This record gives sequence, C-alpha cells and structure tokens, in this order.
Amino acid sequence: MTIVFWVLAVTTISGGLAAVLLKNTVHCALAVTGAFAGLALLFLQLDAQFAGFAQILVYIGAVAILVVFAILLTRGSETPESGVFSRTWFAGLCIAAGVFAVMAWAILNSVSALPHETVAPDVSVLQIGNALMGRYVLPLEIVALLLTAAMIGAVIVAMHEKGDVK
Amino acid sequence: MTPLAGYLLVAALVFAIGLAGALTRRNAILVLIGIELMLNAANLNLIAFWRYGPHPEALTGMMFAVFSIAVAAAEAAVGLGLVISIYRHARTTDLDEMNRMKG
Repeated sequence: MTIVFWVLAVTTISGGLAAVLLKNTVHCALAVTGAFAGLALLFLQLDAQFAGFAQILVYIGAVAILVVFAILLTRGSETPESGVFSRTWFAGLCIAAGVFAVMAWAILNSVSALPHETVAPDVSVLQIGNALMGRYVLPLEIVALLLTAAMIGAVIVAMHEKGDVK
Repeated sequence: MTPLAGYLLVAALVFAIGLAGALTRRNAILVLIGIELMLNAANLNLIAFWRYGPHPEALTGMMFAVFSIAVAAAEAAVGLGLVISIYRHARTTDLDEMNRMKG
C-alpha cells in the first residue's frame, strides 16, 4: 500500500464521481477521461505495462474522442431544465450503494487463498506476442472479427437514412 | 489490508460509481459512460488477480483484460452509433422520454 497507490486511487475515484455528478455533459466526458487515465496508471502500477498502454490508447485515444463527438452531434451539452438525474434516481443510488456494500463486505471479510506475490512478474512484449500468436490465437481472431463487424454495424446504424433531410 | 484487497476495493468503488451513473442519469451518453466505468473496474480486478496470483507468467489475467478492452471499444462504438441514430429519430437523448416502441 504505497502512497502512489492512494494518489492514483483518489484520482480515479474522484474522476468517476465527477463524471457521474457533474451537470454539463462535456465536463462529464473530461472527468471520465481522467478516471480512465487513473485506471491506466493503476494498471502500470500493477506491472501490466501492455494493458496499461492499451488502456491509454483505446480509452483516452478513442473512446473519449468518440464520446465527445457523440455529445457534439446530439447537442447533449445543453443542460435540460428537468434536471440531469432520472425520476428513479433514488432507487438507482440505493442499488449502487447496496452492490458496493456487499462487495466491500466480501473483500474485507475473505482470507486470500493465493500466495502473497511480492516479486514483480517480468513480462516482455515478446512474450505477449508469442502468447497472442500461440495460445490465444483463436480469441485474437474472434476479437478481430468482432471489431470488424462492430465497426461496420456502427457505421450502418449511424448512417443517414434515405430521404432524410440533413 | 493486503495490496490485493486495496485494488479490489478501488475496483468495487469504481464499479458502484459506474452503476450509479448508469442507473440515475437521463442522458443516454452518460449511461454509456457509466457502463464503460463498470467494464474498466472489471479489468482492474482481472489485472490485480493476475499480478498477485500464483502464475503471472501464464499471462491469463492480462490477456483477458486486453481482450476485454477490445470488446469494450466495439461496444462503445455501436452504443454511440445507436444514440446518434435515436437522436436523429426522436430529437432527444433523454432516456426518460424514450418510453415508446415502434417510434
């Protein structure tokens, strides 16, 4: 439990809280980008360099930009007069608090059966490449197919309909 | 508190925040942001268990997280495409107003 961990944890959680609580949608998108960055740094802190940089590339580089474009295309930055929270916000808050209470109780009351590893695993990109092309080649191909299908599907769904006035 | 428990608690808190966002916000884009936060919390769990597990050289947890990141990217693209399509049809992204089927 180093000080770096606590700093990163506070950054991530405050980014997530700001993304959920702020009124302006653009501010929410910026705050969630901060939360994604904090999570990527937590991955790096866990010696998972490859996953950490993949997180930075995919989330901060692509998903955050996609969210900002969606906000611009839907004029979502205008705060509605009826408020930003739905009518059933109290039930949603209770459900989330209950889920967190159950998970925190389970984590704090369980004894770890795993040996406490203190030696950092030495993972090179060469090993990851070999694993991706060897043991995990089938999941890799399936993910490639899924990404292609999802990109084509997203373009078709968001495309202008025929006779649609711009 | 062991380091593993610390990471799991942070992941649980991020998951609960994402769930609260997905359940309480009106704007469809912010609901998607909440779902992304929940997926990220799951990835943090996978990587923490990989790091403090018995065989980190097998790379299982990290590969799981990398594939999960790819699937989350596909989900975000399709979800935001749907939001834009619905906005063009209904001129709103307010989920409380989307209470009719067949438009």
